[in-house]
Parts: sequence; structure tokens; C-alpha cells
Amino acid sequence: MIVVHNISKQYRKVQALSEISFSVGKGEIFGLIGPDGAGKTTLFRILTTLILADSGTATLNGWDIVQDYCRIRENVGYMPGRFSLYQTMTVEENLDFFATLFRTTIAENYDLIKDIYSQIEPFKDRMAGKLSGGMKQKLALSCALIHRPLVLFLDEPTTGIDPVSRKELWAMLQKLKSEGITIVVSTPYMDEAMMCDRIAMIQKGSIMTIDTPQGIIDKIPQKIFAVKADNMSCLLADLRKFESTETCHTFGEFHHITFRYDNEKLCDELKFYLQKLGYNGVKIKEIEPTIEDCFINLTDSRI
Amino acid sequence: MKNAVIQVENLTKRFGDFTAVDNISFEVEKGEIFGFLGANGAGKTTAMRMLCGLSNPTSGGGTVAGFDISQQSEEVKKHIGYMSQKFALYEDLKVWENMRLYAGIYGVPRKKISEIIDKMLVSLDFESEKNTLVKELPLGWKQKLAFSVSIIHRPEIVFLDEPTGGVDPASRRQFWELIYKAASDGITVFVTTHYMDEAEYCNRVSIMVDGRIDALDTPTNLKRQFEAVSMDEVFTKLARGAKRGDN
Repeated sequence: MIVVHNISKQYRKVQALSEISFSVGKGEIFGLIGPDGAGKTTLFRILTTLILADSGTATLNGWDIVQDYCRIRENVGYMPGRFSLYQTMTVEENLDFFATLFRTTIAENYDLIKDIYSQIEPFKDRMAGKLSGGMKQKLALSCALIHRPLVLFLDEPTTGIDPVSRKELWAMLQKLKSEGITIVVSTPYMDEAMMCDRIAMIQKGSIMTIDTPQGIIDKIPQKIFAVKADNMSCLLADLRKFESTETCHTFGEFHHITFRYDNEKLCDELKFYLQKLGYNGVKIKEIEPTIEDCFINLTDSRI
Repeated sequence: MKNAVIQVENLTKRFGDFTAVDNISFEVEKGEIFGFLGANGAGKTTAMRMLCGLSNPTSGGGTVAGFDISQQSEEVKKHIGYMSQKFALYEDLKVWENMRLYAGIYGVPRKKISEIIDKMLVSLDFESEKNTLVKELPLGWKQKLAFSVSIIHRPEIVFLDEPTGGVDPASRRQFWELIYKAASDGITVFVTTHYMDEAEYCNRVSIMVDGRIDALDTPTNLKRQFEAVSMDEVFTKLARGAKRGDN
């Protein structure tokens, strides 16, 4: 459905994208994962024909992003990261406006947006600017879908959304996928990255790796250990001082640590080191890496 | 609680016939990292605005840093830092200009300002960005800067409203290390977040549902109480019971 070939883009001194290539199949949920400033939004804007790449080509459904931009605009839905609906129009007016732009009506495609729009329909006469963050996102998604696009581009759709609403939104995306809609989505939430069919890890304008989430996890070379003790904030500093430590980061209830080399005795040595420092309740266990470990490892050189 | 810096009793806020915050009571101890969780629309921001002296309670009340939130709201404002979710820095000002501006607003003595700014640039490793416009910084850097600016006057408490929304995993961790550092310097941190791994970094967590605080304890005890393996599961169990929608 989407084929991207050697796309590059430069803003003055900053190389936003360098020779990006990938393809996305029909009905696939494709995730763009990377730190702030990696170039994700630039890529969205190029693929939705809002800005031109400096070099490289891309097609959507066989249409070229430069030659056939009109066809593309008719057939994609785009939800930018920043709320960009009309604040001084009501919920219903916004939706109706977007439906009209695409020569359709709310009634015609109501079934597609029903799950999400029905939640904000009780407030359809409220100004869009007066909605809470969660409701704004639901309205923006409804507006992006009202013309039944072939491809949906979502730039961080769940930022500022609580965990329960995030799960609802992803259930909705799975449903859209089952209707054959292709979805390209960026997210700072690694649990959402796991729900994509494939993800591209982007950093400084280049793709580091593309694979299924599990494929990326399987490629991680180091063993990862989770460590816990009674004083977690001091523990972080002391773990980093341990001579065999390669990386150490907070991970909720535990800290995750990787070592410079593989040695069965390291865990015992670490336990001894921590007990000597006076920590109580020290727990160390090897764990399966998560996608968040992969992200941190890939971006760690930056820190 | 021996050393409570926030004490709230029966705090309530109504807008017309809608009760946004419904009779909440809790205390926060000095130096504590207190997580203030809840679904969108549960009443977190309304409660936080009352604690910051920006909105008057309909009934009930409390003290923040020893000052009454309804009677002494100006004193409250002088003793706290606040980092809002939407707006924290002036995008068209340079990094050092933002620091200078906030130091002035928060009443840092004029003689000390340049010394404080220099120290802050060093500790953030931002010296090379001193003259960069804030709008040119990546989001993660902006948020770190915004946090540092919100505690430029060494307040007793800092209120952070979703400080890491949209921030990538690596930058979020750097941000939390700043929070840890502030807490170890004795600044009490009152923080809202939608990231449940961050809930684990708090000493104690409260979860608001429909304007009430339905749970309040350490992450470990909450998981035990709700027979959950993660804070995400605790949150989901509580928030699914919410009656009112996200509005």
C-alpha cells in the first residue's frame, strides 16, 4: 500500500530524514518509534503530501506523492500530533465540515466511526476548544476517518490520554485494520508499539531497524536483569557505579541493568556489592527484554 | 503525619450541579513524591488548581506549605512551583531568557539570578543551548528545562501536571532523575501522569475516580490490595468502574 524509497529532507542545518526506505502492506498497522526530534512528524507530512521531500520517492496505493497528490489527499486520513480542528466550531460542525470537504456525509460512514464518535456525541453541541484532551483526540480521529480513507496516519494519537482510553483507542485501530484500512502510527508508549504488526525504530532521521515487535526484541544481544531494593533512587546511582555495569535505567518497580560482559557470577557479585553498601531486600533476576529495553538500548548512545 | 506539607480535608468543587472534586481528604509528607492519578475528566486538574491557589473550593479546604488554600492563596503561590501540561515556557524566548523571566516572576533576589542560571545550565548540561530559542528544542529537553525553571526559587512543593506527556522513553527517564534529585533535596513533588511505570516511581499514589479518591497507598500496597501484577492493572480495575464520562 505504501512504498517509500530513499526519502531525505533537510531543514536549514538539520538533516530531518536521511534516505528512508520501507514499505507497508494493505491492512497493516505500522509503527514509527523514535525519540523526540527523530523525524517522525516530517515523514508524516511528506507522505500526506503537505511538504515535499528533497530527494527520494514514495507511492501510496500506486499514486506518486508528488504527481498524484490530489488522489492521495482524497484517500488518506491524517491526525496531526497537535490538535488542529476548529476550536470555535462545535463537535458536530467540525465532523460535518470534514465530511463535506470529502464530498460525503456523517450518515454515510457513521458505522466506521460509531464506536469512537458515540462517546462524544452527547457533547456534539459543545465547542471543540472546550473539550478535554481525551475527547479532542476522539473527535480528531472521527474527522480523520469520516471519508473512509485507505490509509490512516496518526501522529501520537494517545498523548495525554489515560490508560483506559488508550486501550479503547487501540481496540478501535484493530477494528479499522480488520476493515482493511492501513494505519501508520507513531507513539511514545512502548506497550502500544507492541500492538503494531511491524515497527520502524527511527533515530536522527535514519531507520535503525524494521521488524515485528517480537523480532526486534529477539535481536537484543545483552541479557537484561531486573534489580530491586528498599531505596530505589539511591540504588540507581549505586548500580551505575558498579564496575561491570553497562547500562542501568528505571523500569517501574525495578531497575533494568545490562553488564559489559556475560558471566554467571556477576549476579552474586552485584548482590554482594549492594549488601555491602547496606541495601535491604535486594532482588536480582534475569528477565525477558521488553520493547522499551530495545528502545533505550538503541537510543542510549545519545544520553 | 509528622511533617505534612499538604493537608486536605473534605475538599470539594462544584460547577453548577456538576461535582468535579467530591470531598477528598489526604496528606502529603515533606520530600515525598506523590503520584496523583486518574482518568481524563476524573477531577485531577481541578483539584490541583485549588491546591495551587488558582481556584476556590466550594467547601472543605486545606493547607499547602502551611498556608490556607482559600484564605492565603497568594502566600501559597509564593511557596510552590507549578509546571502546567499545556504551557510552561515562552517558545520565542531563548533558554536563558526563560530562566531569567521565571526567576524574576518567582521573586528570586536579583543579585542571585545570574549565578543560579549558570548553575542550572551546567547541571542540565545545557551550556551550549543557552542562546537557543525554546521552540527549537526537542520536547524532552523543553520539559526538563520547564521543570528546572519551576523550581528555580527552591519552592517547598512543586506541582507537575502531566510533565512527560508525549515524551519518549529515554527522555522520560532523564526527567524522572531530575524529579528524584529535587525530592532528595527536600522538595515535595506532586505529579500527575498517564504512564503507569511512572506511578511506580512515586512513594505513594492516589487514584481519582469520578471526583473521589478511590485508592491511596504505596504502589506495592495498591497492587496487593487490588490483587494486580502492575499499576496499569490497578488503574484499569478502578477506572473501569467510573460512572461519568470523560468531559
